[in-house]
Amino acid sequence: MLHGHQTWEFHNKPYILSSAAVGGPFEGKGPLANDFDILHGDTWLGQDSFEKAEKKLFEQACEKAIEKAGLKKEDIQFFLAGDLLNQIISSSFTARTLSVPYLGLFGACSTSMEALALGALIVNSHSAEHVLCGAVSHNSSVEKQFRYPTEYGGQKPPTAQWTATAAGVAVLGKTGTGPRVTAATIGRVVDMGLSDPFNMGAAMAPAAVDTIEAHFRDLGRTFDDYDLVATGDLAKVGLPIAKDLLEKHGFKAPDHFVDCGMMIYGKDQPVIAGASGAGCSAAVTYGHILNRLRRGELKRVLIVATGALLSPLSFQQKESIPCIAHGVVIENI
Amino acid sequence: MQIYFWAFVVGGLICVIGQLLFDVAKLTPAHTMSTLVVAGAILDGFGLYEPLIDFAGAGATVPITSFGNALVHGAMAEAEQHGLVGIITGIFEVTSAGISAAIIFGFLASLVFKPKG
Repeated sequence: MLHGHQTWEFHNKPYILSSAAVGGPFEGKGPLANDFDILHGDTWLGQDSFEKAEKKLFEQACEKAIEKAGLKKEDIQFFLAGDLLNQIISSSFTARTLSVPYLGLFGACSTSMEALALGALIVNSHSAEHVLCGAVSHNSSVEKQFRYPTEYGGQKPPTAQWTATAAGVAVLGKTGTGPRVTAATIGRVVDMGLSDPFNMGAAMAPAAVDTIEAHFRDLGRTFDDYDLVATGDLAKVGLPIAKDLLEKHGFKAPDHFVDCGMMIYGKDQPVIAGASGAGCSAAVTYGHILNRLRRGELKRVLIVATGALLSPLSFQQKESIPCIAHGVVIENI
Repeated sequence: MQIYFWAFVVGGLICVIGQLLFDVAKLTPAHTMSTLVVAGAILDGFGLYEPLIDFAGAGATVPITSFGNALVHGAMAEAEQHGLVGIITGIFEVTSAGISAAIIFGFLASLVFKPKG
């Protein structure tokens, strides 16, 4: 199971039986629109607050993923989820609706892979038949929490990222068909002393590099062993920094080293440095990347979701931003 | 015609200072705004803001620094008539129209509009 220092190998290779991605209007205008199961034309989703809309996004993604797996919610043993709002209310309130045994996670934007890694561990150890795991974020609720309310209209510097309005959910199972989760590398917290919440990409890049290198070291692999290595979400500022750091450490970053935060929106969409948010890497992985795996276009991918573990309070107290990244290997076998 | 030119230059320069406070000094939007208000108040305290208005017109009255100027201006005018108490009562003497308008129009707008997010 434990391979090397911080990597799990899943010998039973849990299946991703189904997955679902739900997005907002802005995501619907992006290049990955066809990979979303449900797209909403209105960021309110018919709710009376953005926080309620975020919960609705997550509920729909969970329902859709369970339905696509041909299961009922009673068939799910555990629900592993997280989001970016205080006390992860979107996840807990979704768990209330689902009434499935629940483990709430917080890894900021790395939650998507934290949940998938732990879900695979649970299924791999025969502790569950089916596990539901996912993450969600909503532009208007998360920007309000971590930066400024969008209505405030504060100027953003060119390094700032745009929180995606999206939810991504996957159903893991012991038996079935679909891409399989074969390994996961749990990251450590890396803090290079950056404290600007408008430049999370640069803060998170060293954490992504740390986890990627640990993964390669533990499994004796390189970039060549993967058809795609995707971080989420370093965006336009963070990805080149990660590439530079990898190069300095002797890993030449290839063209198939990409970032979820640069995939979800098109070049014509004004998202500054790119996308961010727990829902971004979740929706890109569980929508676009899994669809490509299912079509056979990709054989083995490594998703490295990165999280900035700051809180509004730690920012006000002028703390730097501790960051983390978790990597999960998904492959067609 | 000259007043238009100087209004443009002076008003623009005040905004450049704000942008520099924001980008270079890394102040938050609220700190940037407060700093400009305080700067306007201090300038008027030294009697320097009125000449700037005479020189640049709307270039000096439209930016937020003019609000600081108005706060001090009202306080000093009232202080001349009523002494120390005038400082307290006078602060909102000149600015009351602007503050009340912000509250009333803000309220009206909130009844009609819903943020798009």
